[in-house]
Amino acid sequence: MRYMMLIHHDEEALAKAPQQELWADFAAFNEALARAGVGCERLQPSSAATTIRVRGGKTDVLDGPYADTKEQLAGYFMIDVPDLDQAIAWAARCPSSKYGVIEIRPLWVETAKTW
Amino acid sequence: MEEGDDAHRAAERVARDSYGRLIAFLAARTRDVAGAEDALAEAFAAALRLWPVDGVPDNPDAWLLTVARRRQTDAARRRQTRTAGMSHLQLMDDEIEAAAETPEHIPDRRLALMFACAHPAIERGMRTPLILQTILGLTAIDIAGAFLLPPATMGQRLVRAKTRIQQAGIPFRIPEREELPERLDAVLEAIYAAFTKGWGEIGDAGAPSLADEAIWLGRLVVSLLPEEPEAKGMLALMLYAEARRAARRDAAGAYVPLEQQDIALWDDRLVETAESLLYAANAGGPTGRFQIEAAIQSAHVARRTLGAPTWPAVLALYDHLLALTGSPVIALNRAVALAEIEGPAAALAAISSLEADKRMADYQPYWAARGHLLAQAGRRQEAREALTVAIGLARDDAVRRYLQARRQTLGAEA
Repeated sequence: MRYMMLIHHDEEALAKAPQQELWADFAAFNEALARAGVGCERLQPSSAATTIRVRGGKTDVLDGPYADTKEQLAGYFMIDVPDLDQAIAWAARCPSSKYGVIEIRPLWVETAKTW
Repeated sequence: MEEGDDAHRAAERVARDSYGRLIAFLAARTRDVAGAEDALAEAFAAALRLWPVDGVPDNPDAWLLTVARRRQTDAARRRQTRTAGMSHLQLMDDEIEAAAETPEHIPDRRLALMFACAHPAIERGMRTPLILQTILGLTAIDIAGAFLLPPATMGQRLVRAKTRIQQAGIPFRIPEREELPERLDAVLEAIYAAFTKGWGEIGDAGAPSLADEAIWLGRLVVSLLPEEPEAKGMLALMLYAEARRAARRDAAGAYVPLEQQDIALWDDRLVETAESLLYAANAGGPTGRFQIEAAIQSAHVARRTLGAPTWPAVLALYDHLLALTGSPVIALNRAVALAEIEGPAAALAAISSLEADKRMADYQPYWAARGHLLAQAGRRQEAREALTVAIGLARDDAVRRYLQARRQTLGAEA
């Protein structure tokens, strides 16, 4: 099954974390991911986000992220593993799980039942 | 109609023995539990139609599996599976075909199914209902009452949970050694929850007892995981309680506390089985929550049947359990044991910290125990008040009557 792993961070907490150790951990995690055939994408901080919505034919452009909460979407990776347990194992290995949360979302598959 | 009855009985017997086995096998690869249930239901319907005419097949399991498999692949084709899916389907076909030819070898995936139902990604409250439905084939109506939910609500939540198994990709597998204890705990907890729900049932004639079903599941887990001491501990714990079923109500239907039970009414055979399970569990591995609770029951049995002074052992076991769980319910039970050794004042002092615990406000056993301890300590007015709250919170008539009689002995209000 294909899963999108959404990394949500408390950006402040992340900034306070020991940076050298954090990025060393991330490098190792990325290496492991790469060997498994996937890559992890890091996003610019939420301050770089732009949010768009169209209402009544009018396009609203807002500076900032969709939800102004402490935990922000910080990155993602896609994996293709047999089941949820293996997705959970990858999420637990990701250094971000120590500073934030990782949301595991299966990709929509046409053959999956939808009721 | 005799032949028809035979067919009916045969179908029922198969349903009892094989339902979960067939569901687990049919759903293991696709993780489509609801689809497997539909397919098997159609197979059972066909059996009830055809067996009275054609006779019961030599191998009912294989027959049902073959028919259910056909329904399942038909349903999959109707969903217009893509080419990649087709080869997968063929593989599934071949595997089931092979199993149907040697049905004594239908792999038993029920344990894997139970691990899927009690997966941490499944809402805790739905794990027990899901196991009861998928392994035992109980309907939402059977299950709803015990969980104090309307059947329609229970039905919807079961459907959601099954959809989740498939959509989230929850695997049908027995966890690896290092994660097994934690994940097994969830399975055991779910089964034990069914037992405690069933424990309150008394004399609902005809209704399948949830306690019996839980014991059946407990035996199944022990047989499938013979190396796991906690599984044995849980089964032992259920059997100790079950052994006392006949003794826990008097002729008038009032609750009888353990110390006053007529031990001649205990089921010796169940007690013996529980004792040997506990012995085997303790010989084999680390001591977990269920083994300790079973050991406490064993100590009660030794005291009541042999007159052995086992309260200190009970207290030590509760100390251990309290350190392990930190549960206020355990703290309460520990205090009751402490009262037997050091008297009610020490016990009341031990539970004084629970007074501020909001969870105790509507926890009936807390008020009952508190009432008893206060009465023993001669604090009659406070005892009456606590027992009144306990009576107000009681859901079981037998318990209510027992507590009312107890309050009566304290005399009129001062």
